[in-house]
Amino acid sequence: MHQTVDAALGINLLHANQEGADHNRAHFDAWGVTCFNVMSSPGAGKTVLLERTLTALKDELNLAVIEGDMTTELDADRLRKQGIPVIAINTGRSCHLDAQMVAGGIHQLEQCTDSQSLDLVLVENVGNLVCPAEFEVGEHAKIALLSVTEGEDKPLKYPVMFQSADCLLVTKIDLIPYLEINLEQIHYNVRQLNPQATIIPVSARSGAGLAQWFDWVRQQVAQRQRPVVSSH
Amino acid sequence: MHETDMTKALIRTVADWYDAQLDKPQISKIHLVVGQFTCVEPVSLQFAYEVQTRDTFLAGVELVIRETPLIAFCHACQQEYAPAIGLRYACPDCGSPMAEIRSGRELKIDHIEYCSDSAQAYAPNC
Repeated sequence: MHQTVDAALGINLLHANQEGADHNRAHFDAWGVTCFNVMSSPGAGKTVLLERTLTALKDELNLAVIEGDMTTELDADRLRKQGIPVIAINTGRSCHLDAQMVAGGIHQLEQCTDSQSLDLVLVENVGNLVCPAEFEVGEHAKIALLSVTEGEDKPLKYPVMFQSADCLLVTKIDLIPYLEINLEQIHYNVRQLNPQATIIPVSARSGAGLAQWFDWVRQQVAQRQRPVVSSH
Repeated sequence: MHETDMTKALIRTVADWYDAQLDKPQISKIHLVVGQFTCVEPVSLQFAYEVQTRDTFLAGVELVIRETPLIAFCHACQQEYAPAIGLRYACPDCGSPMAEIRSGRELKIDHIEYCSDSAQAYAPNC
């Protein structure tokens, strides 16, 4: 006699990705390296922010970038001019990086640099406010960018991204005089979802707010650096 | 677009379960729980599932998706509330930010229904 039977599974769909992300994070932790996952919509200014960050911090921190882009290496080439290791990952038709892709990037990093001496790995995700929010890659902190040209309502419309961010950079603030945009409203909309995130308004062009961002980065890196063990 | 990746994860998980079954049962339904506060659109997921399971052991197996609402808990008011997604997330009574999500983040394969010759479990006839 045939019977209908139920089997309870209760398995999260993102379980495999989560395991991969935890594995990546364990790698970073073993190296004493901090990893940021940098996310935003296309054109919010992720790459120029990374350019400014690398220029300002590359003499005091050992930096590397894992650069996710759907098809080209244009962004990776821009960042390579800074003279630091940049691993390009073409995601093909996928609109986000996942843990497995970043694991490949970590492997390549190990080949081309002394991973133990790194302080910070910046993962630039594919420009997209939806999918990257669901796929952890092994980061210690999520950095979201929202440019003032996108409008105050984006945190309400793409809540998962803004709810999970540890640091929100409101970018392109030098354009505010030309726009009808209310920074206070952006602040309020983000705070409804995310009371903890550090919110820093910046302009990569004028340099406004960048000093505060760099301090935030330094603080994050210092938190995770392994204590130096003296051999003497 | 990430519904394609979610579907791959779904198929892989069910395939692992199936491989572990000795009697290779005929799966009839897969029950999925998808929270409203996720980036997954049930219609897209359903479509991706139908396309990706063609000519596989899951061809024709029904995917049942149950959506769970976004429910938050306000610590100041000590009560649950349903935020209006896309409009307002703060507590409607006191305006406190949405600090604790109690429902709406689910993204899981809840259970699988299958036909079995084994009489071990009591269940209605197919």
